[in-house]
Amino acid sequence: MKLTIQVNEGPYQHQSADSAYFFAKAALEKGHEIYRIFFYHDGVNNGTRLTTPPQDDRNVVARWSELAQEHDIDMVLCVAAAQRRGIVDDGEAERNGKDATNMAPGFRISGLGQLIEGGVQSDRLVVFGD
Amino acid sequence: MSMLHLVNKSPYENGNLNTASSIMKSGDVLLLIEDGVYGAVKSGKASAMLEGCAVSVMGPDLAARGITEDKLADGVNVVDYAGFVELVEKNDKVQSWL
Repeated sequence: MKLTIQVNEGPYQHQSADSAYFFAKAALEKGHEIYRIFFYHDGVNNGTRLTTPPQDDRNVVARWSELAQEHDIDMVLCVAAAQRRGIVDDGEAERNGKDATNMAPGFRISGLGQLIEGGVQSDRLVVFGD
Repeated sequence: MSMLHLVNKSPYENGNLNTASSIMKSGDVLLLIEDGVYGAVKSGKASAMLEGCAVSVMGPDLAARGITEDKLADGVNVVDYAGFVELVEKNDKVQSWL
């Protein structure tokens, strides 16, 4: 089964960022394909590599990056949501004249069309949010 | 066609459980996750909303809130994340009541 997952909430803010991760992991363990994970609204905060949680806490961002790398998952941050919240890759830094980037490995920034296309191409779209 | 309905809010916080359970059709399944698990507690005011519905509840979210299985309404099915994935497989659509 092909799945697209939508994440609407940020790490350390709402349980849905954790629920989405554990759901994705369980789906992969059962042999399903994750076509895309789309991070929307505050969910784009899952994609900042500058996060430094305490050592005895989970690292939500690094956990996503590792999952994407291990399973070659397409993880997309919504561009408008990312611009508002200061999540920046090289292209956005150049386009908007920013002096730094902070996007974590395994993520990319793109448009809402990627969510729609993910829903069309997948057997199920599962949404996690508030 | 069957639908999996996800409810992640306590029924004492908002009306999502009430809406989902009243809109569900026969053959649909309700899965309570996150704070939604409070809806599955036996003899809670909300458990009447679950009558006639096929209800599953996330075990890890129950455990995180200190709710043991003996506190659950009759007929509620406890699942783990693998069980969550199976419910997504078995139903044609997934609706998150956010």
